[in-house]
Amino acid sequence: MSVFVIAESENKTLKRNAGEVSSYAVALASKLGVNCTAISFNADNADVLGQFGVTQAINIKNAPLHFDANYYASAIVKHVQSLNATHIVLGSSADAKFLAPILAAKLGAAYVPNVVALPTNYDPLTVKHTAFTNKAFAFTQLNSECNIIGVGNNAYGNIESPVACSVENVEISNLVSNLEQVSIEKISGKATIADADVVVSGGRGLKGPENWHLVENLAEVLGAATACSKPVSDMGWRSHDEHVGQTGKPVSTNLYIAIGISGAIQHLAGVNASKIKVVINNDPEAPFFKAADYGVVGDAFEVVPVLTEKLKAFKAQR
Amino acid sequence: MNILVCISHVPDTTSKINFKDNQTVFDTTGVQYILNPNDEFGLTRAIWFKEKQGAHVHVIHVGTSEADPTLRKCLAIGADKAFRIDTRAVDGTSVAGELATFVKNNPYDLIIAGRESIDYNGAMVPGMLAALLDIPFVPNCVGLEVNGNQAIAEREIDGGREKLKGNLPMVIGGQKGLVEESDLRIPNMRGIMQARQKPFELVPAQQITAATNDITFEKPLPKQDVKLVPAEDLDQLIELLHKEANVI
Repeated sequence: MSVFVIAESENKTLKRNAGEVSSYAVALASKLGVNCTAISFNADNADVLGQFGVTQAINIKNAPLHFDANYYASAIVKHVQSLNATHIVLGSSADAKFLAPILAAKLGAAYVPNVVALPTNYDPLTVKHTAFTNKAFAFTQLNSECNIIGVGNNAYGNIESPVACSVENVEISNLVSNLEQVSIEKISGKATIADADVVVSGGRGLKGPENWHLVENLAEVLGAATACSKPVSDMGWRSHDEHVGQTGKPVSTNLYIAIGISGAIQHLAGVNASKIKVVINNDPEAPFFKAADYGVVGDAFEVVPVLTEKLKAFKAQR
Repeated sequence: MNILVCISHVPDTTSKINFKDNQTVFDTTGVQYILNPNDEFGLTRAIWFKEKQGAHVHVIHVGTSEADPTLRKCLAIGADKAFRIDTRAVDGTSVAGELATFVKNNPYDLIIAGRESIDYNGAMVPGMLAALLDIPFVPNCVGLEVNGNQAIAEREIDGGREKLKGNLPMVIGGQKGLVEESDLRIPNMRGIMQARQKPFELVPAQQITAATNDITFEKPLPKQDVKLVPAEDLDQLIELLHKEANVI
């Protein structure tokens, strides 16, 4: 019996959520009284996982440089079997959600995504996760010999407990991929919605794409990702990959700031899992105020630049 | 080209979510069910392939007769044939297992499912199905072209897009972007009449064992009222976010 955690990387460096999934896996292993091993692909800094209590890591150093779900799943299956892993922990990024179902089917494992806390019971293993697009939680029992837990973004947090982490760099052969990457477009040097602590989102209230510097400037001060509501992406003001909500991306950040978004139920469904929601809107009747923690009733064109300047000063002081 | 579109039947977004029998069962009282929005984008793309490239489009659902009106709607929109694997769906593993058995006996070139259902949001079935069939899978798919035996599918990734190429058969997890919302079809009277004549087949289930089961449900705690900060006093907002909410 052991716990296995999948630490994602990008450009040969561990991704931010590797800390959160590792913290979860270490806590799970300690509750179960078993070992925890991490696996990473092409990560030059896998030893950093020691910061979160991981004592051993396997780094596959000759994997394809871009994420390849089928290849990664096959590599993980080999190690899961040799380590007799009974619990696998991974995150909720687009790649993790691509990988997990393939891995579950290959291993005959049970899988529950969007898990928000450590198991509520260990025998039988029972976890709490979001359901009905964040309008409820379900407590679900996992009944296989190997069980996969997908930890929701920002659901558990990074828990530091530094130890030394020994990394075994391995090469793996004879694995095939069934898809070929044709191209990839990715914004660089900017936080993504999935990976950010803070998301600043704009709606129709901003009146046009030429006013998006308001959102971008505020986001820059906070190190936040930018997002938008559905009408904004439908009208082509912003690209669809910024659209958050039911048919767009789900958001579960620590802080979500909505500017000029009225808060349609489909939008709220997508952002409900965020911890703190701040709404800036000139309409005091906007439904979003009912779902918000803090609100400012005012003109975004006046409020946002002032808030941006004040936050800049606040950040500079600290 | 033969396309199979996997259909989920889900509570409408605006439904009140409640549970009964000591919080163990979803309370369907007053809940309106709809075709899962992500599946609808996939179905509409499949019908585009039918109209432009002569594809045949079948739809399939794993579940009880409660979903029959949703399957009829798919036929009215333009699918040629509907199948329902007759069982109560329990989890992603059992649904993917049922679908995999069906597809092994009835091969398709392209299998399109939604990115995820809007009720359980597991995003599990299409990936599991692809792995069980040992064929390529592209999730969060926002663009799909088929050329002979090859498909090019574009998926949304965190902060961008990735274009992938693979051989058919392939499984797609579709979403908005595969077609636009304005391309979605509303069944017309002619379609509804035709749907009555189209084949609708019940398939016996394999009764594949589920890997997980839901024990209970819980609703989030009622939210506290919003704290309004005057627009003239944004220092107060920063103070609250820093000291009270602890997020900056």
